[in-house]
Amino acid sequence: MISLTDFLVVSAGLFCTGLFIILTKRNAIQVLIGIEMMLNAAILNLVAFGKYDRVNNGGQLFALFAIVLAAATTAVALAIILNVYKKYKTIDPGKIDGLKD
Amino acid sequence: MTMAQILFYLMGFIALASAVFVAASKNLVRSVFMFFVTLLALAGLYVLALADFIAITQIVVYVGGILVLILFAFMLSGKETLANLQQQNNRFISISKLPALLLAVLFFIVMLNMIIKLDADNLIWIKKAVERKQAVNPGSVMVNNIGINLMSTYLLPFEAISILLMMALVGAAHLSRKERTL
Repeated sequence: MISLTDFLVVSAGLFCTGLFIILTKRNAIQVLIGIEMMLNAAILNLVAFGKYDRVNNGGQLFALFAIVLAAATTAVALAIILNVYKKYKTIDPGKIDGLKD
Repeated sequence: MTMAQILFYLMGFIALASAVFVAASKNLVRSVFMFFVTLLALAGLYVLALADFIAITQIVVYVGGILVLILFAFMLSGKETLANLQQQNNRFISISKLPALLLAVLFFIVMLNMIIKLDADNLIWIKKAVERKQAVNPGSVMVNNIGINLMSTYLLPFEAISILLMMALVGAAHLSRKERTL
């Protein structure tokens, strides 16, 4: 049997890699990829603990809900990124600094 | 060491290595495709955690949907951005990335410390679940149970999330219109 600690360690590693990506990348799409990676680390934890709940399936169902939430977030975020690109001609989050035209 | 454990370490290694490659890669398109590998390896990890339905959903939604969407946005956001971004100094360890690296590594150490102190396999509720035979065993089929639970116990979150998904769809379509004629 695979122990829960192994799952938790893998998920912690993924979470920290996602954190590093968010902090260093100069491209809004790659920042989005970092966020997705952190979300996936959380989903891995939910699934790993969900193994011990056979009747209610709490962990697995909330993993499903989290996946749907991630999909909705990505769709909206990409639409916003495309609009920002149309307006500023760049998607570097550090260069987008105007509130009004 | 059983077969499942060997597969687990293989999948975990692939997931972590490709994640580090995404963080380190100079080529943007290549890093997006390595994220693809990370997601597939994570689907394998879900199968090893005995959640096959979640693994299939992960492949359908993430690999089939989100990644294609990301690639689309990538190509639509113009060539000059790509050229601009590729010429920047993108080494993995440079002085401007040192604080982020430090933060990530220290956070990892904190989490590792907590995981070791938690000792998840000996938690009380997990031991109780194993005693009462509530843990999923490899032979059992969980899809039927998931469907019944989704339509009974978790009906309210299910409806809420479907409304949220519809709102996100309408919002995304509204945001990415061609002309604004307000």
